[in-house]
Amino acid sequence: MVVKLKAIIIKQDRMGINSKMIVKKGVHFFLYLRYCSKDNIYDLCCNKNYRNLEIPLATTDRSFVTNVWDFFCSLKLTLFLLISLALTSIIGTILPQGALPPEYVAQISATKLQIYTKLGFFDMYHSWWFIALLYVFSLNLVSCSIKRLPHVFKFISEPTLVLGEGQRNSFSLKKELSFSGPVEKGKDRLVEFLGKEFSTPVITEQNGEYHLFAQKAAWCRLGVYVVHFSILVIFVGAIIGSLAGYKGYVTIVEGTSVNAFEGRNGQQMPLGFEVLCEKFNVDFYATGAPKEFRSILTILEKGKPVPGYSQVKVIVNEPLTYKGITFYQSSYGQANEGGEHFISVTPKNGGAPEKLTVRDGVVVTLKDGTTFKLLEATQEVRQFAPGFSGPAARIEVTRKGAAPQTFIAFKNFPEVNAQRGDALIFGYEGTNAKQYTGLQVAKDPGVWVVWLGCALMVIGISVAFFMSHKRIWVVVSKGHARMYGNASKNQAGFQMQFEDISEKFHVIKI
Amino acid sequence: MTSSMFFNITTFAYLISTVVFFAFLASKNKSLGIAGSFIAYAGLAVQTVAIALRWKESYDMGVGHAPMSNLYESIVFFSWTIILLFAYIDIRYKYRIVGAFVVPFALLGMAWAQLGMNTGIEPLVPALQSNWLLYHVITCFLGYAAFAVACGISIMYLLRTAMEGTNSSAPAGGLMSMFPPLKVLDDLNYRSIMIGFPLLTLGIITGAAWANYAWGTYWSWDPKETWSLIVWFVYAAFLHARITKGWVGKRAAWLSVIGFAATIFCYLGVNLFLSGLHSYGNSKM
Repeated sequence: MVVKLKAIIIKQDRMGINSKMIVKKGVHFFLYLRYCSKDNIYDLCCNKNYRNLEIPLATTDRSFVTNVWDFFCSLKLTLFLLISLALTSIIGTILPQGALPPEYVAQISATKLQIYTKLGFFDMYHSWWFIALLYVFSLNLVSCSIKRLPHVFKFISEPTLVLGEGQRNSFSLKKELSFSGPVEKGKDRLVEFLGKEFSTPVITEQNGEYHLFAQKAAWCRLGVYVVHFSILVIFVGAIIGSLAGYKGYVTIVEGTSVNAFEGRNGQQMPLGFEVLCEKFNVDFYATGAPKEFRSILTILEKGKPVPGYSQVKVIVNEPLTYKGITFYQSSYGQANEGGEHFISVTPKNGGAPEKLTVRDGVVVTLKDGTTFKLLEATQEVRQFAPGFSGPAARIEVTRKGAAPQTFIAFKNFPEVNAQRGDALIFGYEGTNAKQYTGLQVAKDPGVWVVWLGCALMVIGISVAFFMSHKRIWVVVSKGHARMYGNASKNQAGFQMQFEDISEKFHVIKI
Repeated sequence: MTSSMFFNITTFAYLISTVVFFAFLASKNKSLGIAGSFIAYAGLAVQTVAIALRWKESYDMGVGHAPMSNLYESIVFFSWTIILLFAYIDIRYKYRIVGAFVVPFALLGMAWAQLGMNTGIEPLVPALQSNWLLYHVITCFLGYAAFAVACGISIMYLLRTAMEGTNSSAPAGGLMSMFPPLKVLDDLNYRSIMIGFPLLTLGIITGAAWANYAWGTYWSWDPKETWSLIVWFVYAAFLHARITKGWVGKRAAWLSVIGFAATIFCYLGVNLFLSGLHSYGNSKM
């Protein structure tokens, strides 16, 4: 059903938002105009282009398709989605995500576990319902834009050039100028004035009056749509990343190389080249806190180092990228294979020290029947024994017929080793065990799309929040000219500008 | 003079400012309002010096870094940004009384930091050794501060509506007569969030950029990331709510308070109750 708009009465609520429009036969209905700001409505109502606007009346016999369309365009849906996304997101920050730790499984009841698993709570950000929320969110964004963008474009491209009588009363910013000269001259003078003080006006002649219209930054009304579009761009980037990219992990023992890494689901994935770990080191601050985790990596193609990718330092916050694949310093540890430790045993009453080569946890028997084993070793003891530094080992010594004793033997502190009251002095001399470096491996061809989306979002938000569409009308009639001003945002700021222009306007001599 | 002394003076200044603002509320004496603002500004000046000094001290110790690397330093910076934003609102919109509901946030932060936390300068763990730290922390905390200001203003709004609601016959007397009109409070709330939302957006984006640079993934649904997104959703809802009927005024004020509660949880709750990438103290890479 289509009715012709006969009269529109605009009621403003406290917030200056239009809510009611009355059409023929007193039928109340909400127009898409309700989303526009006050001046948009005035423009639309008073612009003769819209005066005979045909508007589909909201009746109960609307088609199903219209209902669905209105549902997806509605701001209520937007609010519902934003709040639902916020609330449901909390679940994933409270429940463990991904592989469940056994302690967690042990403490939760079987039914709960089953329900949570069914609902996808343990991988909720990838669960069907969360993804579905995001899709509906995208659909909502697209529908709203499709519905409103044409109006905004029309608003920008076909501005209200002529102010109707009723419209003029609605302006809070206005100024009048009386002059005695001819209308033509007044018009020319004011066109020049507006051009100089604000922006070049469009001139319309109507009923012996001249209507001058000048505006600035009309396009900033598009800012909010740029923000909405940017969200979609970020989603596209994320989808590209999840389809064409991958993430994984690789450990490389010092002095060895790998040509594959472990993907998220545990399978081995080829790199297409080799990565050699030359060396791994950890530096510490004096406090014992780690200062730098450092891998020295070399990329090999067919067994040969690639120029520019030889002996590259990779630390946290400084990754290495080769052929679109990036390696991030992520963890480290002591490699198991080939781990031999060197222990010196010196009799306290003098005598030559005995050098022994031992393995982790393997019991060694000395000449006098004393047995010992190395429990654990570290190349930097500072974090375990404040005040000490360098390599150290925890060893368990059992004197013949005595209870086992456990203590730490240092490399750099022989005097501390000697202080231990015993007939034998144990010292730790280091290891030939190698360390491994743990690297995150990632390839994400969608990441640039995500950054593009982020840049668009920042630009869009800056425009939408901090720029304002400013408009000035001047109606020149016989004997006087009236100036009206309006801004889409920051009224206070525009008021100052308008008053500034008004003062100059008021003293124009024609 | 050490930075820690200056921080103590700052805390004291915010305490005096809060007391003076409360006295202003009770007495409606304009000069008390001016005094409250100026004591807060003096505190801000001292705090600025203190932060600069702490920065320098870290270099003197040989572990030079911006003073934004742990909970203590971040909460000090948060207090600083809150007073900075208050100064902006005070100077720009001339509603001094807002101070009575905003300065206490800064006071709480400083008091907690000075009394309950380890104030020592610590070297940067490898994960934080990046220029992104500065951009990320500054944008996030300026955003948080704007939300704190918005929350203070919303509390004023809710107090005023509650008072006016109970005895609608009499014009709000007593304390309420000092408050800006409801429409102004609603507008100030909106303006504060208009400042906070872009900054939070920038904070999330710089965080994502940094995460991608350091770990190879710009978004990993870590609790901190997720909570920052929750905060973003709440304020996005607030902004959209303003253009639909029935979601302005009281409901908008509640959304703003909820938004700030979520912000505080994002900032502190995640670190204290949940585990993740932002547990600064741990030596995770």
